[in-house]
Amino acid sequence: MSDMDEMDDGSGIVKKFMFLNRKAPHGTVYALEGLEVVLITAAFDQDVSMVFTDDGVFQLMKGIDSKGIEVKDFSKTYRALEGYDIEKLYVDQASMDARGLTEDDLIVDVTVLSVDEMANLMAEQDVVISF
Amino acid sequence: MQFGILVNEGPYTHQASDTAYLFARTAIEKGHTVPRVFFYHDGVNNSTRLATPPQDDRNVSARWSKLAAEHGVDLVVCVAAAQRRGINDDVLAPGYRISGLGQLVEMGIQYDRLVTFGD
Repeated sequence: MSDMDEMDDGSGIVKKFMFLNRKAPHGTVYALEGLEVVLITAAFDQDVSMVFTDDGVFQLMKGIDSKGIEVKDFSKTYRALEGYDIEKLYVDQASMDARGLTEDDLIVDVTVLSVDEMANLMAEQDVVISF
Repeated sequence: MQFGILVNEGPYTHQASDTAYLFARTAIEKGHTVPRVFFYHDGVNNSTRLATPPQDDRNVSARWSKLAAEHGVDLVVCVAAAQRRGINDDVLAPGYRISGLGQLVEMGIQYDRLVTFGD
């Protein structure tokens, strides 16, 4: 990952940033490069939430092994998020159900939200970035 | 209003960069400001001056350059995404510069809106 030194834009403003992860961890680069933005945003001391919805819930699945497709396995990074004070992790209930997943299948502790709860949380944000 | 724009797809294959450009141009025409556009993921491929599309088609890279020259829009290309894709200072079209993701986060912190264009 990139340089994780504390950063500051000089304004002292703290905004609510939500990162909406919609894509499977592999197959496209969005999940990997999206994580980079999440970590940088945390380094700016912003209020960061991560949401996993649609195929994005697969990003948190246990037992990912990307050796066979010869691409970098960044699955461990999700477990390190706590170290960057990124503790607000949410998953969409309907996306989990549609894929036969439960919280026990995930590598990190999450809060499972209904669509309505997710909508309310999204409405509270200043910035929503979708990957 | 100040708009920050994030472009996440390359030119031509996806419409994202075209839509972002039209949004930016229109916002400026309507009296808003677009201080910066940030290019991420394959969006970094918008920045090359080496593209030579057919004469009867739009030149995606060049029209971003023109918008930057006319309205002072800061066109920032993510360094990590650029390095993965072979984009460096030698191939940049006018008006683009390479910098870090902090420039994207700053747009979210400082501007009224951050608008994302991608899939």
